Amino acid sequence: MNIHEFQAKQILSRFGAPVPKGNAAETPDAAAKAFTALGVPKAVAKAQIHAGGRGKAGGVKLVSSAEEARAFAEKLLGKPLVTHQTGPQGRVVRRVYVEEASQVARELYLGMLVDRKAGTVAVIASTEGGVEIEEVAAKTPEKIISEPIDPLIGPAGFQARKIAFALGLRDKLTGQFATMLAALYRAFIETDASLIEINPLVVTADGKVICLDAKMSFDDNGLFRHPEIRELRDPNEEDPDETEAAKFDLSYVHLDGNIGCMVNGAGLAMATMDIVKYYGAEPANFLDVGGGASTEKVSAAFRILLSDSRVKAVLINIFGGIMQCDVLAQGVVEAARAVKLSVPLVVRMEGTNVDKGKAILKESGIAVIAASDMADAARRVVNAIGKQ
Amino acid sequence: MSILVNKSTRVLTQGITGATAQFHTRACREYGTQMVAGVVPGKGGTDFEGIPVFDTVEQARKQTGANASVIYVPPPFAADAILEAAAARIELVICITEGIPVLDMVKVKHYLRGTRSRLIGPNCPGVITPGECKIGIMPGYIHMPGPVGVVSRSGTLTYEAVHQLTLLGIGQSTCLGIGGDPIVGTGHVEALQLFNDDPATKAVIMIGEIGGTAEEEAAQYIKQYFKKPVVAFIAGQTAPKGRRMGHAGAIISGGRGTAADKIAALKAAGITVAMSPAELGSTMKSVLEARAAS
Repeated sequence: MNIHEFQAKQILSRFGAPVPKGNAAETPDAAAKAFTALGVPKAVAKAQIHAGGRGKAGGVKLVSSAEEARAFAEKLLGKPLVTHQTGPQGRVVRRVYVEEASQVARELYLGMLVDRKAGTVAVIASTEGGVEIEEVAAKTPEKIISEPIDPLIGPAGFQARKIAFALGLRDKLTGQFATMLAALYRAFIETDASLIEINPLVVTADGKVICLDAKMSFDDNGLFRHPEIRELRDPNEEDPDETEAAKFDLSYVHLDGNIGCMVNGAGLAMATMDIVKYYGAEPANFLDVGGGASTEKVSAAFRILLSDSRVKAVLINIFGGIMQCDVLAQGVVEAARAVKLSVPLVVRMEGTNVDKGKAILKESGIAVIAASDMADAARRVVNAIGKQ
Repeated sequence: MSILVNKSTRVLTQGITGATAQFHTRACREYGTQMVAGVVPGKGGTDFEGIPVFDTVEQARKQTGANASVIYVPPPFAADAILEAAAARIELVICITEGIPVLDMVKVKHYLRGTRSRLIGPNCPGVITPGECKIGIMPGYIHMPGPVGVVSRSGTLTYEAVHQLTLLGIGQSTCLGIGGDPIVGTGHVEALQLFNDDPATKAVIMIGEIGGTAEEEAAQYIKQYFKKPVVAFIAGQTAPKGRRMGHAGAIISGGRGTAADKIAALKAAGITVAMSPAELGSTMKSVLEARAAS
């Protein structure tokens, strides 16, 4: 789960990390007030969307009066902001964050994530701040350092110093950095974060280390113990179909193709998308109905799938291990009747109670194209859209 | 021979009062696995269909000689269940549970380094040595004994591969699901090391997916040390960047962990990569035939 910059800064600040003072505003008036409340000569107004690249896209502006803050908010609020991360449709800006401006002397990069290979949390740092770390990794990987953190000890003093020196932070900046690193690590552990990214981390002209931007993501599996974090979820930033699917405990991801896929198991669901492509078409979605899906769940999955108007044919691929084919078939029949299925439906079933499942589909009178295996199913569904 | 589990493996079920645990404990026993104990704190002294239930793993091991554990405990308590099994010196711990917080697994992984226990999973279907021992949620009847080892990050996609092999008359030595989470107890490389040392395994199917670098590391290992032919498949060639595809570990982050990168690494190491998931069995068949002919 992702959150907005202003929310991430509130969390980090609570753990003692240095962030600029700021206020989030949902109206132009509130943006003007936010500027006045800061009581500083210059502030930065920033569009709040779940995507990077806001600066280059015109979503960040230095403002020197309440009027300027108001005008900037007026221009952005309620309208989509298109950055290189949002896709061409952009994301609608619903909040502007107004924070005190900093005198930036140096821009650095600091990140924290779970290093899968090491099996620990790792700190990633680079002298190349303010640009995307992926770009740095591709062009100058030697400018990135990674330091694994022992889960029992946390960031040790020597590690903080090692990273600080690598970043060129000397004298009193070293100590400031160590304190900040400890705060970020506590925030990471105590909120079940999956990513903290401070880009840029800045050194100000008056010799302070500050988190100028902040991005935080959380481990969905850890959210059950953080109701306060779960409340920060912004449904406006999420695909409505995906939100609907989540209510039924279905894993669904929208894609750009026109073949709707319904599969049990994440690996088989990805493989099914792949085989659709292999036979020359594009999948419309990833959809995993899970291991022990009930008739209601299958029915909901089918409804969500067909609510996408681009779907020109549906491919159901089930390998029933825990999931029983007759339960699946019943769900498909119910949903197909309820939505008055109007696109070709190819079904490939294998596993537990497969004969019962096939019988249910046959007796239902619904036009089902039966497939004998995965390749056959993919060929048939690709043929079906070809004929339309 | 086989890896990890065989006829003499004695299995206990942690969380045996849950419906899923009971369903699969029954199915594993019917398959022929020695299901010797259950553990549920507070339910010691009862039994599940004749299988004695204990309060702690340590009691269960001491009284039944269990040397493997399978965990169906819900996510908030699953990490603790793994720690308990390892502390009780259970040699093989298989965690089926999906949804364990990754930071819990960071601690578990750290703890396990100081023990002799091997963890499979979490978020995995389990391990089966066909005809001998099935621990987990895979449908037993699709398997048959034979020479091919299967290692995979996925559940149902593994069943798909096994089913294809069996239809072609190619049996399996041992099949293990290593799990779809970012941090797992046993990775592709460790699984391959076990298959390398197993005389009954003549070839291996390795099924990977997007996210992380486990397949790239496996490619390096295979190139340097692995003595047997490998057929690989990587799921997620059509997956978008930055989106989690069902499994917690199946995500392309920071542009890394793409299927294209993994396939390139595998091919560079001389590994046969099936481009269609429908061709896993047939690809293995031709690899085995080529090997027999040479």
